[in-house]
Amino acid sequence: MTRAVGPATLRARRARAAWWLLAPTLAALALAAGWPLARTLWLSLTDATLADPGDFAFVGLANYLEHDAGQWYGVLADPQWWRAVRNTLIFAVASVALETVLGVAIALALDVPFRGRALVRAAVLVPWAVPTVVSAKLWAWMLNDEFGVLNHAALALGLIAAPIAWTADPDLALVAVIVVDVWKSTPFVVLLVLAALQMLPGECYEAARVDGVHPVRVFFRVTLPLIWPALAVAIAFRALDALRVFDLVYVLTANSASTMSISVYARQQLIDFQDLGFGSAASTLVFLTIGLAAIVYLRLARLRPEEVR
Amino acid sequence: MRLLLGTVLAMLAGLAHAATVAISCGAVGRELELCREGAEAWAARSGHTVRLVSTPSSGTERLALYQQLLAARAPDIDVLQIDVVWPGILAPHLADLSAAARAVADEHLASLVRNNTVDGRLVALPWFVDLGLLYYRRDLLERHAARVPRTWPELTETAARIQRAERDAGNARLWGFVFQGRAYEGLTCNALEWLASHGAGALIDAQGRLDLRPAPAAAAMALAASWVGTISPRGVLNYAEEEARGLFQSGHAVFMRNWPYAWALLQDAASPVRGRVGIATLPAGPDGAPAAALGGQQLAVSRYSREPEAAASLALYLSGRAEQKRRAIAGGYHPTRPALYADPEVLAASPLFAVLGAALDDAVARPASVTGPAYNRVSFAFANAVHAALAGQSDAATSVRAFERQLRRIKRRADWAAPDRR
Repeated sequence: MTRAVGPATLRARRARAAWWLLAPTLAALALAAGWPLARTLWLSLTDATLADPGDFAFVGLANYLEHDAGQWYGVLADPQWWRAVRNTLIFAVASVALETVLGVAIALALDVPFRGRALVRAAVLVPWAVPTVVSAKLWAWMLNDEFGVLNHAALALGLIAAPIAWTADPDLALVAVIVVDVWKSTPFVVLLVLAALQMLPGECYEAARVDGVHPVRVFFRVTLPLIWPALAVAIAFRALDALRVFDLVYVLTANSASTMSISVYARQQLIDFQDLGFGSAASTLVFLTIGLAAIVYLRLARLRPEEVR
Repeated sequence: MRLLLGTVLAMLAGLAHAATVAISCGAVGRELELCREGAEAWAARSGHTVRLVSTPSSGTERLALYQQLLAARAPDIDVLQIDVVWPGILAPHLADLSAAARAVADEHLASLVRNNTVDGRLVALPWFVDLGLLYYRRDLLERHAARVPRTWPELTETAARIQRAERDAGNARLWGFVFQGRAYEGLTCNALEWLASHGAGALIDAQGRLDLRPAPAAAAMALAASWVGTISPRGVLNYAEEEARGLFQSGHAVFMRNWPYAWALLQDAASPVRGRVGIATLPAGPDGAPAAALGGQQLAVSRYSREPEAAASLALYLSGRAEQKRRAIAGGYHPTRPALYADPEVLAASPLFAVLGAALDDAVARPASVTGPAYNRVSFAFANAVHAALAGQSDAATSVRAFERQLRRIKRRADWAAPDRR
């Protein structure tokens, strides 16, 4: 009696092997991400405080939204939360858009062979290599209204009449945070796009040159579609990073309401205000916001999750 | 008094066995060294032994560490050095020292004792104080024949006049007045001084009721808002203590509001303004009294201490007259006992003590003890309301109303007026 080893059983065996190989990762993920997430979710339904985390009562969804005596309460009724959402969205859209455009432009320039290219490529990566807290502190001094080099240079060149208080002025502070993030994160986009550019087939470009196609048209019709998968991954990473921005905002402008991001808001509730329940509700909303943004983006970019690794 | 304390200590030492008491004290500058000397002097007199526990130097982190230890009812630290705004937060974990300190409590600054009393329990003994002070450039005031301002309007006028004259004479980067304008705890202190000196109240009274008179409060805030961009750089909106000191110490400001710590640094050998700086109590409102925000450190005894008597005895010794005097002379730590500000040896140690002694009467405590765990929320709401007015995003009266509304929201979550918070 012979047993037929068909493709179906083989596939089943391979699938089983794959699950076994994945098991340690899944277990680690459940411990490192799943458990804290579940706990945050549970805490957000209680009135626990940091002062005595063991003593709490179940309050349902009151930390999110609650109606009492003609007034709405909870994170979703807190004007400061919505201001933080607005700040975060402005920050994410503006910084990611600028980083994408600048990143692609710089990558295209670095793709052209020239003397000292290796050196320039290495230099471009420096901002990305500097820890965020360090670069934020560095920029805080450069942006300082009285001693900052930026005001000094602009004054010397006659661009401004009086020093500008970049991080102090509520209207300018968010702009300053965006500028610093663009400086820091553009190299990341450059790196990914450059890698994609180097894999492009030369024939397409030769064909385009033979046909006499305008370089701008070549970029939009040939280059962009070919590097899109890599660019889409870069944008996905940047967008998710930007939505949970914390260190940059916190170092540059601390808890200021004019620049507060949703992560800074959640930290303030949890640590400064000791409110474990309310803070967990805010943290859960941060998680949901980012998760939702990721799903919407993957749909829009028509990118299947398997490609984002 | 010293005799009485000595007798109490001797009795305690005689009655109790030799205990080991762990104390945590700060480690900024000479703090740790002075604390060790004091604690060891107590150990030698009482026959007990002490163990120093090192804690993070950042206030926020130290509070977090204390909360972890105390929430776990850990007996690791018997005597804790705590900030002036922590008694309300930590009170449930701290021992009541009213009985132990009955004889000495009224020797300390009354506002500090009130601050450290939560629900009728004295949970910490005052150790040293910090007060808001006015720093001024003596040379500039002399050159422009100006006197040290006694009211805020006078400061505004003097600062504007000297700034204008100096700028016309080529000192283009000179500013009139710098303070702490970032939306954080420091702005709460600054703004509390403006409000209290204008007779607008101290935000929340000891019973937990709103203590804020809108009209003078709006007037005080409007005056402060008028400084930004005129006698104060717009950057002041993001200044904490060190940014303000940086500008003043480099010679770019006539007046500065800051804590006493800045004095020693301004007189440092490398300081460009060394020998040209004066200190005074803060100005008063147009028809109010001056007010100085009260800071400083206290000594508390953990409820979970295994040696409560010995721990209380150590706290009493360290906050005692002799030890506070020693610390004032050796380390420049400002006593919490008004009597010491009349002591010739203390006064001779630094010119700061005479000014601080005068400012003690104006001390105004932040509403930390009465609001307890909700204090940081109150402080943040207040600082942001003031910040919006300073930045010109809303007018002063609107800011006051916005703060009142926010306060009602906070109060609903943590009703500090009720005897039982939960």
